[in-house]
Amino acid sequence: MTVSMRGICKAFGPVKVLESVDFAVAAGEIHALMGENGAGKSTLMKILSGVYKADAGEIVIDGRPAQIRSTRDAESHGIAIIHQELNLIPQLTVMENLFLGREPSRFGLIDHARMRREAETQLKALGAGGIDPAAEAGSLSIGQQQMVEIAKALAMRARVLIMDEPTAALTDREIEVLFGLMRQLQAQGVAIVYVSHRMEEIFRICDKISVLRDGCFVGERRIADTGFDEVVHLMVGREIGDRFPRRESRPGEVKLSVRGLADHGHVRDISFDVRAGEVLGVAGLMGAGRSEILKTLFGVNPRAAGEVMLDGQPLTVRHPGDAIAAGIAFVTEDRKGQGLVLGMSVRENTTLVHLGKHARAGMVNAASERAAVDGLIKQLRIRTRDAELDVKSLSGGNQQKVVFAKWLAEPPRVLLLDEPTRGVDVGGKAEIYHIINQLAAAGVAIVMVSSELPEVMAMSDRILVIHEGRQTGLFDAAGATQETIMAAATGGDAQAA
Amino acid sequence: MTPQQKATLQKLGPFIALVIVSVGLAVLSPDFLTMGNLLNVMRQVSINALIAFGMTLVILLGGIDLSVGSILALSSVTIATLIQSGLDPLLATLLGVLAGAAMGFANGLVISKGKVAPFIATLASMTILRGLSLVVSGGSPITGFNSDLFSLLGGGYVAGLIPVPVVWMLVMFGLFAFLLKKTVFGRHVYATGGNEEAARLSGVKVDRIKVWVYTLSGAMSAMAGVILTSRLNSAQPTAGTGYELDAIAAVVLGGTSLTGGRGWIFGTLMGALLIGVLNNGLNLLGVSSFYQQVIKGVVILLAVLIDRSGKK
Repeated sequence: MTVSMRGICKAFGPVKVLESVDFAVAAGEIHALMGENGAGKSTLMKILSGVYKADAGEIVIDGRPAQIRSTRDAESHGIAIIHQELNLIPQLTVMENLFLGREPSRFGLIDHARMRREAETQLKALGAGGIDPAAEAGSLSIGQQQMVEIAKALAMRARVLIMDEPTAALTDREIEVLFGLMRQLQAQGVAIVYVSHRMEEIFRICDKISVLRDGCFVGERRIADTGFDEVVHLMVGREIGDRFPRRESRPGEVKLSVRGLADHGHVRDISFDVRAGEVLGVAGLMGAGRSEILKTLFGVNPRAAGEVMLDGQPLTVRHPGDAIAAGIAFVTEDRKGQGLVLGMSVRENTTLVHLGKHARAGMVNAASERAAVDGLIKQLRIRTRDAELDVKSLSGGNQQKVVFAKWLAEPPRVLLLDEPTRGVDVGGKAEIYHIINQLAAAGVAIVMVSSELPEVMAMSDRILVIHEGRQTGLFDAAGATQETIMAAATGGDAQAA
Repeated sequence: MTPQQKATLQKLGPFIALVIVSVGLAVLSPDFLTMGNLLNVMRQVSINALIAFGMTLVILLGGIDLSVGSILALSSVTIATLIQSGLDPLLATLLGVLAGAAMGFANGLVISKGKVAPFIATLASMTILRGLSLVVSGGSPITGFNSDLFSLLGGGYVAGLIPVPVVWMLVMFGLFAFLLKKTVFGRHVYATGGNEEAARLSGVKVDRIKVWVYTLSGAMSAMAGVILTSRLNSAQPTAGTGYELDAIAAVVLGGTSLTGGRGWIFGTLMGALLIGVLNNGLNLLGVSSFYQQVIKGVVILLAVLIDRSGKK
């Protein structure tokens, strides 16, 4: 089976999102679809899966033009999409989710025994026999939920499977399982479209790669014939120089000193120092407790034990307000859930933390606020037509810069970063690295949690490794290798430097 | 039309609706467009508008306050009891409004610290406070205050023309518009309603904001109670029943989103006026009160449907 999309155009109001895009995927192929945020990947895939209707262009399946006007049409052609935000209903059981809308029934009653049998068979076929069909979907790990979604797609005889950022929330082990499954499906002749920002993964698992830029198709390459640099060049249309900008590191006095930190149940015995101008990377597997360290330092989670000193003074933080008053800033992991108020404008988000600076007796001075926002937009090169636009209209990378702007409105002493480049495209990443380097050069002490090992290694001076809530290593970045860090992150030999 | 122009038009929707309905009524009934009638409408609207201003803040937070009618009643019978016990009427009024604020404060504490859903918390306080107003009043109206000053609060006229409640309404409108648009507090209300988690992590004292907003809602309900009591020269323990729904209708008609984070006080004023104008116009046209309810419901539904289709 081959599916080709030809000359697809789509506009939302006056904004052209796709302009005459061609894209084709064949059976037994894992095809990466890449592009910066806002390049049109999601829109293209939503057209293929029937969520949106194209303004122009055609979809041809096995040489015959196909009309896809709804998700139901797409399903009947064997096209299924697995969204980044999983679509299981958490209160229903695994099997109820699997058979939602097509429950096996007898005399109008649901045939639970048969449902259970078939669910077991389907999960086993995916190598996911460990999942209990009667368990509530919400109780499963993200990786397991994804397996259930894949099983659901295959149960509907999907021949084309679209996966949107499937590994974003998976642990390394779950990623391995997922890749094994993808290869198995590939061998069975399923065509897989793989949308992701993670270059390493794409070069590992995919056969072909198609790149979109600003709503246009810019090229298709066989993975074997291309390399990292060419793909990046196709995506951004320019050289971005080094993937990680170089920085001169001159750590000063100890800013933040943490001894024996513990919260209630996630982490304990965490001790480290961060100097002014230093970047301390925090590595570890998903769920190891990296974010919890930051949350405890910032007063989101209560501290159960340990001491924290800031500039030599003991620091007590009961809620985020205390941390902010002490000069600590926290760029959270989940931009949409915790970082931004999506319905508010760029201006309002930017001044949310330090609005008091522009107010007297509780009244906001609009001119002062506006001037500060304009300054930050320029300083961080946030691309928006107007600071009064809703922040949700910005691309992922620019949204993330607004999150930075909100914390940099008042220069922090300590900056906590949790996955600062998640969901940000290559060009945007480079700019964020540049901002981090500038802050370090200005003497800010930075603690950065990241799941991307190359990022941690390139950006940090030292690397703290967490395994199951405990620290299993503290390395100089210069001497560390991916292997030593992974060994510590997976609970291998602990060695402190 | 640019998106900005469209957004502005969307925001002015409630105003446009009010103008259209008013023009229609002016054509149908010669009595509608007289100064006396219009001021009369404004006076009738004032009680609902005052409650709805407080309700706007509550709904901006993504909450709801079902207890406003009961707060109105309990404040009202409290004031009446205090006056009849010989307290200075103005002092009694002040204490009554503070009592309303305290009831709202209690709502806010239960919702923020107790983490009870606003619907449940205020459903409970609605029942409790209604019961208390029956207890305080012994179940029957408290009538006759013999205070000219107190009867001015709800029944008087400024410059012999503008009813005092209308002045209250306009002053409070200005105050609330200022609060929402120009102050840090207002910004924090929008942020909390838009994304509570992000607001909290940005250092906004979310719990404090919630307590303040419910306190304000309580104070506004009590203020509406003052006007009602003064006008009727009587405090009824069953007063204000169903007022929460009129206030919510005004807020929703004004374009404020029930999921929080989006809305404005001008819309609420327009919504309250629209309801008032409809009531008045249908009365002038001699439409039976049974049909009036049907028509009001249909108008609310239509307004929200039009608003919805505009947003797509």
